[in-house]
This record gives sequence, C-alpha cells and structure tokens, in this order.
Amino acid sequence: MGTFMIVIQHQDFDTGTEIKRLHEISPSVGAVATFVGIVRNIEGQAPLRKMLLEHYPGMTERCLENIVDVARNRWQLIEVSIIHRVGELISGDQIVFVGVAGEHRQDAFSACQFIMDFLKTDVPIWKKAFTEEGEYWIEAKESDGDAMDRWS
Amino acid sequence: MVHLRYFAKIRETLGSDGEKIEFNEHCQDVKSLLELLKSRGEPWASLLETSIPVHVLVAVNRVVIKNNQILCDGDEVAFFPPVTGG
Repeated sequence: MGTFMIVIQHQDFDTGTEIKRLHEISPSVGAVATFVGIVRNIEGQAPLRKMLLEHYPGMTERCLENIVDVARNRWQLIEVSIIHRVGELISGDQIVFVGVAGEHRQDAFSACQFIMDFLKTDVPIWKKAFTEEGEYWIEAKESDGDAMDRWS
Repeated sequence: MVHLRYFAKIRETLGSDGEKIEFNEHCQDVKSLLELLKSRGEPWASLLETSIPVHVLVAVNRVVIKNNQILCDGDEVAFFPPVTGG
C-alpha cells in the first residue's frame, strides 16, 4: 500500500524536488522511475509559437486517481507523483511529471510507463497548437472513429 | 436541471463552455439528449452527425460512457474530443 500525489497546475515544477520527495518518502524505497514530458519546438511541420492546454477540472484528477489505483494493483509501489501543467506553454517547457517509487526498479519502470500510456488516452486534457502556419487542436493519435455511432 | 459542459474544440465550435437545461422527458437519457441538441440545428447537427468524422466523447458525472445511459435531475453531461494530454 502507499499514497500518491496528483496535481494539476499552471506553474512549472522542479524535477529535483519531486524526485527527492519520492526518494525520501520511505527508507524502503529502492527505486525511483520518472518521466518528464516537454513541449517540442516543432508541431507537425511548423515552428511552434505556443501550446494551450485545457482540462476538465475534477474529472482529470479522478481519472488520474483511477490510473494510479490500477497501477497499484499490478505492481508493488510505495509512492506515485503526477504533476500535469495546463494553460499556455512554450517550446522547452515541462508539461508533465510522472514519478514512481518502489522497492525495486522493475515495478517502478513498468508502472511509470503504464501511467503515462493511460494518461495519454484516458485523461481529459487537450492541447491546442499555435504555430507559424496557424492554430489548431491536436488530434488524438488513435481517434475512435465510431465514437458517436453507438448513439444512432 | 442538467448541466451541459463543453471542452476544447467542441467548446470553440459551440462558442460556449456550457449551459443548464431543464430536466424533462427530452433529456431522460443520453440518447434523447443528443436528439434534443441535434434538433437545434447548426452547429449541433453537424457536430453530432454520425456520418461526419467529428469525434465526440460523452461523460456523465465525469465518467466517459460507452452506451446510452439514464440521466437524473442534477447530472453533469460533458462533451469533448478524444484526449491529447501528456
């Protein structure tokens, strides 16, 4: 069993501080695996001016908690930290931090990747790109083409 | 009342981040709510038209639903595109 920290915020985060928190949360921690997502300078083919991130307050946190619960049932985890930024970001800005502390590396590595994979498909956060060639909402990579057909 | 909420591209298409509508027989479940919204005409009709590849997810009380669902007075129904966070 363990705890978790889930934060949605506008401001930046310090990876050193977050890793230290995971490291020091328990003397039984033997591994900390982390992922940091960063805004790239190119979106599609065009130089990026800025990225706008929107989310669904309340549902975002709830979805992340669900993902952490599922990860906890699969692997032995001591602590999980998820920080996701929203609002306006520019090239080079950090977007997301996922950190997992466990007794051993394999559980920490696997859970970190699992959480990121589900974060990408299950959590109500959307990105709008403002590029030198125009602005548009980023399309989901695996869009559910029949999303609405079930209602017909 | 049923609280409708719109996010991202759908919010921009509709020019609104949400609204409250009266709870009655026209929104007793998600299917009837979608019919009600489509009957408003554009841009709703196109947005919810099944043959057009504009993808809309529906969440009831902050849980994405895969099938029709009964609605209750006070429910929150959100419409949004497939997610692109991370």
